[in-house]
Amino acid sequence: MEDLKIDKTIDARGSACPGPMMEAIKAVKSASIGSVIEVLSSDKGSTNDIPAWVKKVGHELIKVEEKDGYWSIVIKKVK
Amino acid sequence: MPKRIVIIGGGAGGTISANLLARNLYRELVKGEVIINMITDNPNHIYQPGFLYIVFDKMRPNEIIRKQRDLLDPHINLFIDPAIKIDRNKALVVTESGKEFPYDYLIVSTGARIVPEEIPGLKEGAQMFYTLETAIKLRDILREFQGGRIVITVGIPHKCPVAPLEITFMLYDYFKEKEMLQKVELFYTYPINRLHVLEPISGMAISQFEKKGIKYETMFNMESIDPEKRIIYSMEGSEVNYDLLITIPPHKGAKVIEDSEMGDDGWVPTDKRTLKNQGYDNVYVIGDTTNLPISKAGSTAHFQADCVAERLTTEILEGKSSVEYDGKVVCFVETGFNEATYVWFNYNTPPNPTPPSRMLHWMKLGYNRLYWLSARGIL
Repeated sequence: MEDLKIDKTIDARGSACPGPMMEAIKAVKSASIGSVIEVLSSDKGSTNDIPAWVKKVGHELIKVEEKDGYWSIVIKKVK
Repeated sequence: MPKRIVIIGGGAGGTISANLLARNLYRELVKGEVIINMITDNPNHIYQPGFLYIVFDKMRPNEIIRKQRDLLDPHINLFIDPAIKIDRNKALVVTESGKEFPYDYLIVSTGARIVPEEIPGLKEGAQMFYTLETAIKLRDILREFQGGRIVITVGIPHKCPVAPLEITFMLYDYFKEKEMLQKVELFYTYPINRLHVLEPISGMAISQFEKKGIKYETMFNMESIDPEKRIIYSMEGSEVNYDLLITIPPHKGAKVIEDSEMGDDGWVPTDKRTLKNQGYDNVYVIGDTTNLPISKAGSTAHFQADCVAERLTTEILEGKSSVEYDGKVVCFVETGFNEATYVWFNYNTPPNPTPPSRMLHWMKLGYNRLYWLSARGIL
């Protein structure tokens, strides 16, 4: 896990609209298969919303980690 | 040697910033100490929020179009000549006709474009309203619509984030006025797990949808469309049938941004406070063109134009820049033909919309006329 290579980080902290989840979907859509994407969100709701979407579409949730006043959600595009 | 300001793009952001700069730097412009050159691809300026009203026969096309030249301060030089290359290292913009525009300061306000072709079958199978031509076509289709299932879909990213709900509410009132609600089923879809990204707006929409019998599916992202069978396939694995598909298509930034290798998908990396292109001290970015995770909307471009015009004015007159952008966005949200709500927020203040009212709807209708003052940098 410590060797995890992040291909793209989306800083959606403070984003009310379009918000972190929309930014996450946008990033996953435009990424190539196998890419690892990190989404930074200051909205705790993202820690439920984004993993729920990742599971529904069938991508891989690598981790959700609480940082200093925000959360890091790491996703791998698998298809 | 005069200071040369080049502004690429004649939409809301480019036009407002140009006019504000012309006013702030009037003396310098008259003395030839400052030159403002605007480069754009369209001799006309279109008030894009008007498309929604065109669809429902509430506005005519000529009400939302003005000549770009007529909106600009006479001291601004206007070139209808699309930019095809931006060279930030040489501080130079090249246009389609081969002209070269060197600059001391650059404002990139090239906007967003719809790219329905990114989703297989969408262009062939769906109607849209994000251009004048598609709005007129949808208006004509709705006039003749005899009934059936209308599905609303939303691509990512898209500008005007309230438009999906607005068109749904207005479709309901349109068919209500035509006494056709018994023949029409409205089916709304949205990419994330609620009806709108702003939770208070989503809550308002749920109660309205339940009252009006509008069906919906969330976490619905278009994978492909079969225009023959009239089926939408989602990335999440569901299938939805339609008789009429109305889509807010996905967007990309301007081609010149990609061609100049200024940012992925045409969105330019931008500092959220200074609005400078990251790594370039003399390049500002406004509106839809930025890669900022904020609403792509006319009001965003307007408030950013205010900020950039102030910053650039003080940079030129005083040698250092002043104000910073606080993330301000303001949106009216039409909740039908007779009522609207209103929402504003910034980087630190979450949105808190008021209940829909007739007064806010009238304010929106009023702003549809007052926009031309905004474009001129007056309002």
